[in-house]
Amino acid sequence: MSLDAIILLLDSALRLSTPLLFACLAGLYAERSGVFDIGLEGKLLASAFAAAAAAAMSGSAWVGLMSGMAASIVLALIHAFACITWRGSQIVSGVAVNFLAAGLTALLGQAWFRQGGRTPTLASSERFREIRLPGADLVADVPLLGPLYSQLLSGHSLLVYIALLTAPVTWWVLWHTRFGLRLRAVGENPAAVDTAGINVTWMRYQAMIVCGALCGIGGTYLSISQSAGFVTDMSAGKGFIALAALIFAKWRPMQALGACLLFGFLDAAAIRLQGVHLPLIGETPVQLIQAAPYILTVVLLAGFIGKATPPKAGGVAYVKER
Amino acid sequence: MNAPLPNWVDLGLIPMLNLAAAFLVAGLVVLAVGESPIEAVQVILYGAFGFGEGIGFTLFYTTSFIFTGLAVAVAFHAGLFNIGGEGQAYIGGLGVGLMVLAFDHHLPWWLIAPIAALGGALFGALWALIPAYLQATRGSHIVITTIMFNFIAASLMVWLLVNVVKVPGTMSVESRTFLPEGRLPKLGGLMEFFGLDIGGAPLNASFLLALVACVAVWLLIWRTRLGYEIRVFGANPSAARYAGINPVRITIVTMLISGGLAGLMALNPVMGEQHRMFLDIGGGAGFVGIAVALMGRAHPVGVALAALLFGVLYQGGAELAFEMPAITRDMVVVIQGLVVLFAGALEFMFRPTVARLFALRAREKPA
Repeated sequence: MSLDAIILLLDSALRLSTPLLFACLAGLYAERSGVFDIGLEGKLLASAFAAAAAAAMSGSAWVGLMSGMAASIVLALIHAFACITWRGSQIVSGVAVNFLAAGLTALLGQAWFRQGGRTPTLASSERFREIRLPGADLVADVPLLGPLYSQLLSGHSLLVYIALLTAPVTWWVLWHTRFGLRLRAVGENPAAVDTAGINVTWMRYQAMIVCGALCGIGGTYLSISQSAGFVTDMSAGKGFIALAALIFAKWRPMQALGACLLFGFLDAAAIRLQGVHLPLIGETPVQLIQAAPYILTVVLLAGFIGKATPPKAGGVAYVKER
Repeated sequence: MNAPLPNWVDLGLIPMLNLAAAFLVAGLVVLAVGESPIEAVQVILYGAFGFGEGIGFTLFYTTSFIFTGLAVAVAFHAGLFNIGGEGQAYIGGLGVGLMVLAFDHHLPWWLIAPIAALGGALFGALWALIPAYLQATRGSHIVITTIMFNFIAASLMVWLLVNVVKVPGTMSVESRTFLPEGRLPKLGGLMEFFGLDIGGAPLNASFLLALVACVAVWLLIWRTRLGYEIRVFGANPSAARYAGINPVRITIVTMLISGGLAGLMALNPVMGEQHRMFLDIGGGAGFVGIAVALMGRAHPVGVALAALLFGVLYQGGAELAFEMPAITRDMVVVIQGLVVLFAGALEFMFRPTVARLFALRAREKPA
């Protein structure tokens, strides 16, 4: 494999990791606060649709981004209302969010645009386009580092860089701010946090709003940056891969970055190796590579690669008094 | 909030309120896309019940949803959430298909059908075994592992269909078509007895098996020792352990039954409708099962009724998409989501209000 081919592979891995990373970090905020969220998939899908629809109607990528985030936050708040306020099952509520998003995006897409569930193709001014990082052309000829910088790191959309930054920012917020300490505390021992006079319900609502916002950027990336419009079921299980990555990262932000890059890489490899004959293995088992994130997560959950311990109060609604 | 209410309120009125809320919101969605909800209901009912073929399709869908609904319901009784019905049904389809492909040259359909049913149930059960074992012995969350197993099942089946099962030299990713001996008989004759002509609808003998499964699950849960243990374990795992019920055994046995029921669902599309193995055998029925089990409150009678409702929505929804250009069949998925939301996640929302109303009435009319 030549350097160019490797860079190309890594480049597409980075693009494919971006929506995973947003959704994964979104899930991290929710689950660290004690709210399990299997509705990441639905939020990605809904925001992808809302972003593409709004960008097509307004002609502005930024309006698209805002709408994407808003749609995702609404779904996050439905989840919060059901399982924080009414103490419903977080799993059931997450399932409902996924169904609602899958149904509504396809239904509204057809009702509004009449293109078989697609949104109109976006012009390049209505999308988040690739940015050349400063100096990318200057260093392009430097051996090894040059192409790495100018072809791999440079030339992505703004949202890719935001995703990469969100991981360390999340780490800093959760481990170095008062908000983060409290958020992690309501996920481990809400009763103690309550005793300290902090509103558990509001903390969890805030976590869900952050979760919705991040998922919203991820979905927006799918439809108006990576592609030029929305197609039915465009999230295609990415929300669940993000969930797998979250568990794989053991609910830690920097490890989440690693897990998402790994799973994005597997995805890129599966696409690129389609039909390629490898020495010894024969034809690439593409399906095996595609299933790898799920298999790895199950193996991890089984406790064969260290132990994945979820936040202690996760999945349980907080009851103030009995 | 937890004031005791009469049984008919807890089991009748409140679930009805939840459902009403779901359908009210669904009606608003229909209004929002510019169609009339009343007309939509009329079209759905006509599509589902207005003519023989419609009824045939309605009951065909109902069959699949009964199996997947029962699968989720059985697991609910043990306090387990089996989201993996879709994958178990898919792998169940592999079991059904392999059995038919192996025997349709040699045996009559009435011998192949039980073998294929066993194959489907066995494969579905085995696909549920690993998540069950991991939950029981290693504490892996069964919701997550069954979700992962849905995706693993999908990848595995694509690989098998493309590399093993597919007829060489053809383009379509499916097995060869079964011989007539490998097909379940349609229920056209039975329905004619009721004066209905189901036409081309694929309603087949697996519908009867689904009804038998309802009775069997009822007997299992409420009339056997195992069912009792399942319910005790679901209600209070630590009390169950204290009473000498082995949690590992109950978790695994319950999930095997659940996965087996999901696997049986594949009989309907594979042996009853398409007569071949194909991509996406579950076709979403595994997920519909979640809504069906929640709505049916995990009781076989409730599951059968809820499955019928979703059968009506699926068949009527097809008619709706035909009649109203602004509405697609995805409306059914929206309703599915709303039912899961209101009958599942928000099931306690109306209770405090209802309880307050009852308290008021009790004060006005001292008993």
